[in-house]
Amino acid sequence: MHDMKAAGGADSGNATILTYHDGSSRHVVVTEIETPFPEGRLIVSRTDPAGFITHCNPAFVEMSGYRLDEIIGQPHCLLRHPDMPAAAFKELWQTVGGGKKWHGYVKNLRKDGGYYWVYATVVPNVRDGRVVGYTSVRRKPSRTRIEEAAALYRTLV
Amino acid sequence: MPWQFTVSPDFPPDQLPGWYVFNTWLQRTLGEPVHLETYLDFPTQRAAIAADQIDLIYANPYDAAMLVRDKGFTGVARPDGKSDEVVIAVAANNPATRVEDLRPGLRVASTQDPDINMMGMILLEPADLSDANVVHQPCVSGYALVARDLAKGVADVGFILADAYDRFSAPLRASLKVLARSQIHDVRHVFLVSPRLAERRETLLNAMLALSNDAIGRDILNGLHIPAWEAVEQEDMEFMIDLIDTLAEA
Repeated sequence: MHDMKAAGGADSGNATILTYHDGSSRHVVVTEIETPFPEGRLIVSRTDPAGFITHCNPAFVEMSGYRLDEIIGQPHCLLRHPDMPAAAFKELWQTVGGGKKWHGYVKNLRKDGGYYWVYATVVPNVRDGRVVGYTSVRRKPSRTRIEEAAALYRTLV
Repeated sequence: MPWQFTVSPDFPPDQLPGWYVFNTWLQRTLGEPVHLETYLDFPTQRAAIAADQIDLIYANPYDAAMLVRDKGFTGVARPDGKSDEVVIAVAANNPATRVEDLRPGLRVASTQDPDINMMGMILLEPADLSDANVVHQPCVSGYALVARDLAKGVADVGFILADAYDRFSAPLRASLKVLARSQIHDVRHVFLVSPRLAERRETLLNAMLALSNDAIGRDILNGLHIPAWEAVEQEDMEFMIDLIDTLAEA
C-alpha cells in the first residue's frame, strides 16, 4: 500500500492532484456529494501483502463507482480521500503489520469525486504462519461517529 | 463405534426428518455406521466438539473457525447459493421505519444462533447501538418465538434468520415490520469432516455434489432445504474465517 497526500486544493468540485508517497500521482475531482451506505450491506475486499486489490464484492464495486476490471490489481489507496490524514493509514498498517486487527472510520473517495463513509475493519490473512494478504470489511457507521471522525481528521490533515 | 454426525442446532424443527434421511445416505456412502446426534444448544454441541466426539458436522459459520483452526476439520461442501442473512424486525405497529430510528435501552429478542446475533448487532450500529446500551432478552429456541415476543411487546427488536422469516406464515410476517435485511452473501453454513475422516473427503464431496443429479438425491436435498451442494476448498474456508474474524469483537 502506498501512502499519498493531496498536493492541490480539496474544495468541493475542485480538480486535485493526489501524490502517492512513491512519487506517482493522479488527477481527481473532489466533490461534496455523499453516497449513503446501503442498508444491510458489507463492503468486502482482499489485497495481497503489498496492498494491491485481489478480490472485491459487488457492494465494493457499487460504492466505489469503478468497474470491477478497474479495481482488481489496483492499490487499495485508489479509494483514499484527500480529507483522510496519513496518520490514520500509518496506524492501520502498523497494526495489521503487527498481526493485529485494525478498525476505524474512513472517508473513501469515489471515482466520480464524491465520497462515502465506512467503519472499516482490516485483518491480516495468516496461512502457515505467513501473512499472505489482508481482508477488509466495511460497514455502515452511525452519523454520530462520522461527525466525530471528520472533526478529528480535520485536525490531522 | 459409529462415526458421529451432528448438525448446527439452529436448523428449523421441520428439517429434523431430513437430517435423519441424510444421515442414512451418509452411512450408505461411507459404507460404515453413522450416528446422528442432535444437540439442543450451541454450548452442548461445542463441548462435544471440544471432547473430540464429532466426526462430521454441518456447522454454523461462526463455529467454522474453531473447527478448522483448533480441531483440524476440513471443509467439504456448503449449500449452493444459500447464505446466512439476518432480518432486523420490529412489531408492525412500532413507529420506527429504519434502524436509525431505534434508541438505546431497547430490548433485543434473539435465538442462540451466533452468526445471526453477530450480524444483527452489526446492523444496529448505524443507530449507535451496541451490547453496552441494549438489553438482550433471554434467548428463545426458534425464530417464530422471536416474532411472538415482538408481537407481544416483550421485546422491541428481533434478529431473525432471513430464510426463516421468508417461511413464516403470512399472518406472522404481517405482525412484523422489517427495518433491515443483510446482504452479506459470504457467511454460510458448511459441512466439515474431522481429521479422522479427512481421507474420505473426496469420496464424500463427489457423492454430495452428485445428489442434485437425480430425483432421489434431490428429495434428500429438499428435506434439508438445500438446492445443491457446492465444493468448499481450504481457501474458501480460510476466507470465511477471516471474514468472521473481521466482524467479531470489532
